[in-house]
Amino acid sequence: SVSRLLYLLQQETSSTELRTECAVVLGSLAMGTENNVKSLLDCHIIPALLQGLLSPDLKFIEACLRCLRTIFISPVTPEDLLYTDSTVISHLMALLSRSRYTQEYICQIFSHCCKGPDHQTILFNHGAVQNIAHLLVSTSYKVRMQALKCFSVLAFENPQVSMTLVNVSVDGELLPQIFVKMLQRDKPIEMQLTSAKCLTSMCRAGAIRTDDSCIVLKTLPCLVRMCSKERLLEERVEGAETLAYLIETDVELQRIASITDHLIVMLADYFKYPSSVSAITDIKRLDHDLKHAHELRQAAFKLYASLGANDEDIRKKIIETENMMDRIVNGLSESSIKVRLAAVRCLHSLSRSVQQLRTSFQDHAVWKPLMKVLQNAPNEILVVASSTLCNLLLEFSPSKEPILESGAIELLCSLTQSENLALRVNGIWALMNMAFQAEQKIKSDILRGLSTEQLFQLLSDSDVNVLMKTLGLLRNLLSTRPHIDHIMSTHGKQIMQAVTLILEGEHNIEVKEQTLCILANIADGTTAKELIMTNDDILQKIKYYMSHSNVKLQLAAMFCISNLIWNEEEGSQERQDKLRDMGIVDILHKLSQSSDPNLCDK
Amino acid sequence: GWDKHSYGYHGDDGHSFCSSGTGQPYGPTFTTGDVIGCCVNLINNTCFYTKNGHSLGKCLFLPSQSNLYPTVGLQTPGEIVDANFGQQPFVFDIEDYMREWRAKIQSTIKRFPIGDRLGEWQAMLQNMVSSYLVHHGYCSTATAFARVTDTTIQEEQTSIKNRQRIQKLVLAGRVGEAIEATQQLYPGLLEHNPNLLFMLKCRQFVEMVNGTDSEVRCFSARSPRSQDSYPGSPSLSPRHGSSNSHVHSTGADSPTCSNGVMSTKSKQSHSKYPTLSSSSSSSSSSSPSSVNYSESNSTDSTKSQQHSSTSNQETSDSEMEMEAEHYPNGVLENSSTRIMNGTYKHEEILQTDESSMEDSCPQRQLCGGNHAATERMIQFGRELQMLSEQLCREYGKNTVHKKMLQDAFSLLAYSDPWNCPVGQQLDPIQREPVCAALNSAILESQNLPKQPPLMLALGQASECLRLMARVGLGSCSFARVDDYLH
Repeated sequence: SVSRLLYLLQQETSSTELRTECAVVLGSLAMGTENNVKSLLDCHIIPALLQGLLSPDLKFIEACLRCLRTIFISPVTPEDLLYTDSTVISHLMALLSRSRYTQEYICQIFSHCCKGPDHQTILFNHGAVQNIAHLLVSTSYKVRMQALKCFSVLAFENPQVSMTLVNVSVDGELLPQIFVKMLQRDKPIEMQLTSAKCLTSMCRAGAIRTDDSCIVLKTLPCLVRMCSKERLLEERVEGAETLAYLIETDVELQRIASITDHLIVMLADYFKYPSSVSAITDIKRLDHDLKHAHELRQAAFKLYASLGANDEDIRKKIIETENMMDRIVNGLSESSIKVRLAAVRCLHSLSRSVQQLRTSFQDHAVWKPLMKVLQNAPNEILVVASSTLCNLLLEFSPSKEPILESGAIELLCSLTQSENLALRVNGIWALMNMAFQAEQKIKSDILRGLSTEQLFQLLSDSDVNVLMKTLGLLRNLLSTRPHIDHIMSTHGKQIMQAVTLILEGEHNIEVKEQTLCILANIADGTTAKELIMTNDDILQKIKYYMSHSNVKLQLAAMFCISNLIWNEEEGSQERQDKLRDMGIVDILHKLSQSSDPNLCDK
Repeated sequence: GWDKHSYGYHGDDGHSFCSSGTGQPYGPTFTTGDVIGCCVNLINNTCFYTKNGHSLGKCLFLPSQSNLYPTVGLQTPGEIVDANFGQQPFVFDIEDYMREWRAKIQSTIKRFPIGDRLGEWQAMLQNMVSSYLVHHGYCSTATAFARVTDTTIQEEQTSIKNRQRIQKLVLAGRVGEAIEATQQLYPGLLEHNPNLLFMLKCRQFVEMVNGTDSEVRCFSARSPRSQDSYPGSPSLSPRHGSSNSHVHSTGADSPTCSNGVMSTKSKQSHSKYPTLSSSSSSSSSSSPSSVNYSESNSTDSTKSQQHSSTSNQETSDSEMEMEAEHYPNGVLENSSTRIMNGTYKHEEILQTDESSMEDSCPQRQLCGGNHAATERMIQFGRELQMLSEQLCREYGKNTVHKKMLQDAFSLLAYSDPWNCPVGQQLDPIQREPVCAALNSAILESQNLPKQPPLMLALGQASECLRLMARVGLGSCSFARVDDYLH
């Protein structure tokens, strides 16, 4: 019967009334189950309906649009079907002026089919902003609401759209002002929440300053209210996620949010679903709670992560919230990837606190579930988890020991071989932290685990961060005299080669400085010194950097020299002689008259 | 916050205190330069503080019977605190907060379950509307409403029409005729209600001063039509919230006019015409009326034009009347027809034009500026005085009556009664309570409710809100009866 209906619908000869009725019936069918929609899609209903939009009859157009709307908002319909023909979008834009129904349906279609930057750009380039802006002041609530939703998806993480929106005005009023009006507390919750999302996107894109009163005194408090117990579970999820996004990078907003309406305590309620009451009394309620429980938890973790991103006091407040660490630990082992990811992000944010690393992180043995998360996790989790591990491996962290014992070296070494850049950085970073003031055994374990080939691989990595952290690792490995001598005795040749290579290569100042520092460390060794003294090439390079225009590099080179000529050591006289022969003393004389006090001291 | 029935938020530790020396962790600390606000919500009995415009969330708060007073505690000498009770905009968006609560209360009212059992609710509403229309004598509207909603009207048509006629007379300021008609149609009613009769007579006296009552109007050259004009809405429904009692009273006891007053009057009136003080010598009252005549004529003629298409006959009729008014003798004979005419015209004016009142305002004169009318008024005043004394003998002293009489007579003590401390009485709006009282009495005599159920419900709602306010139920402030009357 569907194909018959479609046939009649497409028949130009059928009367408009009949074709309209067909579209209405098809629309009703689409309202049914997902299978209904699937079978309609299989019959190529979308091209047929899009064709119908070219009719001159408004009633028929509206019926087609209503049906299209119903199909496109179904989760089984691929959004891309809207974008297969670019004339469709421009025709829809043109139809926006026809009636309040075309406005409502088209805006609804756009807001459901706009997924990702590509779609945003297409709609934007077809003039979506100008065509939809005036609908925000429509007399019909439905039209206003759908237009608002359009803007919230168009502007989401899209600086181009966001920057355009701030300057658009309708009836002499700028869009941000219109959004602020829609934020008023007597407006429907859906409207408040959606306009808060628009303003959030605009703020994150830099279109609105973070200290603008419409953010600080309107958007932020509105989003906090959305997290309150009085709101529906869906609204609380969306509110918390949006707020997390809004405050993610701004300390001041984080501070304001943290004191607004007891937000930190309010979020603790997100973990109380399904509540024990609902389980017994009401099956329906339990089902509802269960469905949203994961979403609620991950939203709360995300918001905690944002709140605690920068401010030590806020972190403390979060951790002091009832059972917080237990909740995070539990979250780390949840089946839902979304929750695990959010929990790791939260943990990562909190792990920036030295005090917490030493106390609550230790008390709750956070490293255990974290190590577990690191096994076979998807990359997005690995990135955050390994980054957290970096913090846990800091020298002062009491978790360092047990983490090492649980096979972290191997895991981290494998991360350094990842295709994913962030993982490589985090892997080598964690190793660097691990090697800092570590025992000889750990250092050799790291070297063994990493293998010299991999080390050189990393030193020639295209990413500066990886290179820097690798050099950092080398520097940490090459500290304290016995360690230096030991490592240089086994890997001296390769290391000297690598150092030469980097000093000769095209690298930025920081990299060179780090490399010179490694040389300085080597020069501090007892036997390792000789590797430098016997390498004229290296000595020439040190000499060169002593008269480099950059003070930092001069300083680092000076370190090498002073380590080499240190008086109390055996053979210092010979080394001094050799260096004097090279003309280094002259440079030293020059430097001692230099303007920089640091250099003079040396 | 440490004392009983006190609450506090301390800047040093950020704790909140609820009638106790031990605080609860509440919010951030605050210091010099911070703006701290406190909001007590009497609807749900909660309280929250704000810091620099950010709500810090609910704090412990017990609904208290006693009043709360804002207090700021200072620790070191020389500290300065600025207090803002709303004279400047608040940093915290309290308006928005109130908007939310107003919307909440209004949606509670909107969604209040009415437990509708099969159209019961609708039937009740229809009954409310119908009874209201009937009560105030909107006869044809009530009939039309009954026809559309398929309901029945308890009272008979003629009864409604009679009441309507009487009410119109009162509202037009022709109280004498109204009394006459009441006595005719409802014999015995006023005899049984001496208080009502007295009230009506007092009003009649006031209307005489006003120049609107038929007993003096017949002397006046003013067209009856302009007298008929009744300002404002033709609706008889009472105005809410305005008390009709006279607040102004003067010490003037004397019911008679003093000469001095009249001479003052003469200075204000048009010098061209004989004034009251001089009128004692001349009994020919034709000339003073002419000025009013010409003035009202202009009013009239515009109106005649408006009406001319529909009722030519009427126009000529009124012209004849005006002619007749030059002859004081013809008045009595004409009076009965004029009642009919007047009523009829009154209806017309109600339907078409309400602006004529303004036209007649600037030239107001005592009893329409007519000497004979003034004498009649004074005579009526004496009769009224006698009635008062009689009532006093029969029923004992009545302070309400005394006050009423005093106020009415006081009008004569001023050169311009319309602009005097008791001049409010002359406002046609004051006819409404009299009219309502008479209407209620008639209905009561017919064993019908003296108040329409709609007004009762309205009164109950208003009273309920007043009670709520007295016991401190905050939601009443967001549920004004006026918001629901458009």
